[in-house]
Amino acid sequence: MNLNATLIAQLVVFFILAWVTMKFVWPPIVKALDERAKKIADGLAAADKAKADLSLAEKKVVDELRKARESAGDVRTSAEKQAAKFLDDARAEAARIIAQAREAAEAEAGTAAQRAKEALRDQVAHLAVAGAEKILRREINAQVHADLLANLKTELQ
Amino acid sequence: MATEAPTSGEYIVHHLTHMNSTGHAQKAVIDWSVWNLDTLFFSIALGVITLFFLIRAARKATPGVPGRFQAAVEILVEMVADQAKGIIHSAESRKFVAPVALTVFLWIFLMNSMDFLPVDLLPRLWAMISGNEHAYLRVVPTADLNGTLGMSIGVLLICLYYNVKIKGLSGWVHELFTAPFGSHPLLWPVNFLMQIIEFLAKTVSHGMRLFGNMYAGELIFMLIALLGGTATVFGFLGHIVAGSIWAVFHILIVALQAFIFMMLTLVYIGQAHESH
Repeated sequence: MNLNATLIAQLVVFFILAWVTMKFVWPPIVKALDERAKKIADGLAAADKAKADLSLAEKKVVDELRKARESAGDVRTSAEKQAAKFLDDARAEAARIIAQAREAAEAEAGTAAQRAKEALRDQVAHLAVAGAEKILRREINAQVHADLLANLKTELQ
Repeated sequence: MATEAPTSGEYIVHHLTHMNSTGHAQKAVIDWSVWNLDTLFFSIALGVITLFFLIRAARKATPGVPGRFQAAVEILVEMVADQAKGIIHSAESRKFVAPVALTVFLWIFLMNSMDFLPVDLLPRLWAMISGNEHAYLRVVPTADLNGTLGMSIGVLLICLYYNVKIKGLSGWVHELFTAPFGSHPLLWPVNFLMQIIEFLAKTVSHGMRLFGNMYAGELIFMLIALLGGTATVFGFLGHIVAGSIWAVFHILIVALQAFIFMMLTLVYIGQAHESH
């Protein structure tokens, strides 16, 4: 336990070591630590932002989906409406055509019947005249009795 | 002596004698012409090793993912930086004081750790290399009062520097004479005496505490080695058991004393920043 010049030397060594540490060791390590801390903080902030963005995007997606569904519903309703209208129109048209056809057919049938009746009437008149001729045995002149025959024809109508 | 085993007393004395520039044990308590070459060699070598590893870590330091070595150094740096931040509030001073604390901690830790080497290993190796069977060698620089007082005086100088830097020369002189008792002129000598005693006590206790712990630890390792030196079964087992227990316990002391020295360095320099 003696004191000697070693003390002075140790004192100098102490300051040299401390100086070297201060100059070459401490600043780069502390700088790296600070930078890493900043990096981590930035990363965390970015992650938070990404999370917020994601939830926003999700909300948007839900919104858009809802809107799309709504508009799809609208489209369907209007399409159905239109289809029903088309169907109704077609039905009405068909009914109209049918009615027209029926009318035409009826009219045709009417004229045909008329014609047949007239033909029948002619024939009946002829038959009647012929019958009467036969019955009256030439007593009746067709030219003389044309009026009579015409009358008879109208009566048969 | 060459053929006979030394007595216990001779063994201990031999181990507690420094390899100094005179070649024999120092006679006077204080002799400024003597150098303890072993203390100088081991403290400088360990200081260089400390710096080598620290500089390697500093070179490789990146803000990216750290490796194990880098992470270990960073943990140390963070620990010291946190302690410094808690004690010294001036960021400007911390630029110097925190590295000082880190250096002190690692350096003293390594110097203390020299105790873990078997007490006879390096002295015996040195005796073989130097060819002198009685060559002296002490391997624990912190078990040399010169080593620890050298460092504590270094801390004292830093304290004085910051006293002047923070308070100004006149402010510090004013404080020397008016604190702690008051500014009455009659109290000036008392105050000044108290301040001088305070500085002395701080510095001496700072160095002595580390020295005492390491010196005592080293001495106990020597005593345990003596136990094994009896070459009996009891001595052999005792050496193993006691040596193991003391070495494990010494791990705590080595780390604790290094930490205490660092913390006191910070505290004393922190006090230099505060006015009474």
